Amino acid sequence: MLQFINSLPGAVAQGLIWGIMAIGVYVTYRILDYADMTVDGSICTGGAVAAICITAGMNPYLALVFAVLAGMLAGLATGVLHTVFGIPSILSGILTQLALYSINMRIMGLSSNVTISRTQFDLVLTSEVSTMALINAIGKGLFFVALVIGVLYWFFGTELGSAIRATGNNSNMARAQGINTKKMQVLAIVISNGIVGLCGGLLAQYQGNADINMGRGAIVIGLAAIVIGQVVFSRVKNFACRIAGTVFGAIAYYIVLTIVIWAGLSTHDLKLFSAIIVAIFLSIPHLKEKHMGKKKGGKKNA
Amino acid sequence: MLKIEQIKKTFNPGTINEKVALKGVSLHLEQGDFVTVIGGNGAGKSTMLNAIAGTFEIDEGSIFVGGEDITNLPEYKRAAFLGRVFQDPMMGTAADMQIEENLALAMRRGKKRGLKWAITKDERENFRESLKTLELGLEDRLTSKVGLLSGGQRQALTLLMAVMNEPKLLLLDEHTAALDPKTAATVLSLTDRFIAENGLTAMMVTHNMMDAIKHGNRLIMMNEGNIILDIRGEDKKKLTVEDLLSIFSEKSGSRFANDRALLS
Repeated sequence: MLQFINSLPGAVAQGLIWGIMAIGVYVTYRILDYADMTVDGSICTGGAVAAICITAGMNPYLALVFAVLAGMLAGLATGVLHTVFGIPSILSGILTQLALYSINMRIMGLSSNVTISRTQFDLVLTSEVSTMALINAIGKGLFFVALVIGVLYWFFGTELGSAIRATGNNSNMARAQGINTKKMQVLAIVISNGIVGLCGGLLAQYQGNADINMGRGAIVIGLAAIVIGQVVFSRVKNFACRIAGTVFGAIAYYIVLTIVIWAGLSTHDLKLFSAIIVAIFLSIPHLKEKHMGKKKGGKKNA
Repeated sequence: MLKIEQIKKTFNPGTINEKVALKGVSLHLEQGDFVTVIGGNGAGKSTMLNAIAGTFEIDEGSIFVGGEDITNLPEYKRAAFLGRVFQDPMMGTAADMQIEENLALAMRRGKKRGLKWAITKDERENFRESLKTLELGLEDRLTSKVGLLSGGQRQALTLLMAVMNEPKLLLLDEHTAALDPKTAATVLSLTDRFIAENGLTAMMVTHNMMDAIKHGNRLIMMNEGNIILDIRGEDKKKLTVEDLLSIFSEKSGSRFANDRALLS
């Protein structure tokens, strides 16, 4: 039990970092209504770029800027594949994700793992097992979460952000109101993957390495966070609070993971567990509707 | 104000589903013309409106609005000149956005969108005033999501959005067809008022012959991708539904086939 309680702060820190990625997924999945599979690759791109920059001696904060830019480039590729070349949305994300595997390997010098020494560099946050490091990790996590939410809250209140929301909500209407919907799609995917890149950069520093597989299943974690956040904060209308709900969802997700690992689930089974959880949550609205529909029909017949 | 010349459009060319929708349609509208468009099923009414709006590229011909050649402009760029209301009340507004956000989006039609706030304080007051004129009580619900409104309310809102910034041409594609008769009448009278107040040039597709006769200063009838009748002024005022039906069978050699038109 003590071991479990001890691992809770770490789960919160991880949840905060992955929560940033979940915000990125929120931008495409919820605002743009676009299931972007780039995420699994671009999170590693962010991590790889940050790792390489830091080991080359760059300031770890500045390295995050490059991680963001790298993520944005990945998003740009997906956006262009979809809007300019007309490749279906999911497929264009998958293509970029696949290409990123090779690109990420190249970034990391053809190595599948780049270690960032915690002793050698003054990292933004680390997962060291010390009270100070944990407080720092949670504090920095909160800081970046607040920063991202603040920027998005501002951006989606502007004319441009409003045009992106309209594009995601009703693209016919958006075009009739003179909005270049293709441009808005690309812009949103770029922003989303920039946020995901930031998460990758933070995650690499936190875990002390960038790994070619660090993004596998990221999109599922992002969706889980969104869905949990939505269920828990179902009555919240404020945009910033909704995004915060997504971060809460990510933290809840990691706490649940900690619980099931503590309860004896093998770490190898985690991805299966995650997929099942997300499948259940995603199917709830559909099943609810079906059930309600049947009820209504029944009444009519009666 | 609008000049379309010999526009042609074939959908799915070379396939079993090939459909010649427009067979070289030409039409000139003067500033302030309010044209009603009638015709049977598949006559090309909506296709003509969508060709003007740029929903698809036309195969041949050219389109001018206010003297400007818009034939090759993408849909979103043409929007600067146009106001549009669709048959489906869901189509013209963003359901998950607030009433004022929708209006603000329409306010910026044809303008550059940057990093300024999406709605200004002054605009909000103007919106409230404009919404009052609809007499639907929407002026007190500026921050309500549009998805909460009824079909008629949404259509009235779409109409208000369409006439903002005085478009060079207003395109109404059976915009009352999905509404109940009473709501349809309300939206129609709003349509008349907005067009008259702003001196707009407008095209209104309708399946209701009575409405087509009653509204506007000009009436065109389409059949199989062509305009087969163009009546204006006093001649139009004297028209009856019977006249239109007999003109149709005379010109097309068949009976008027629009199930909804015959019912109404």
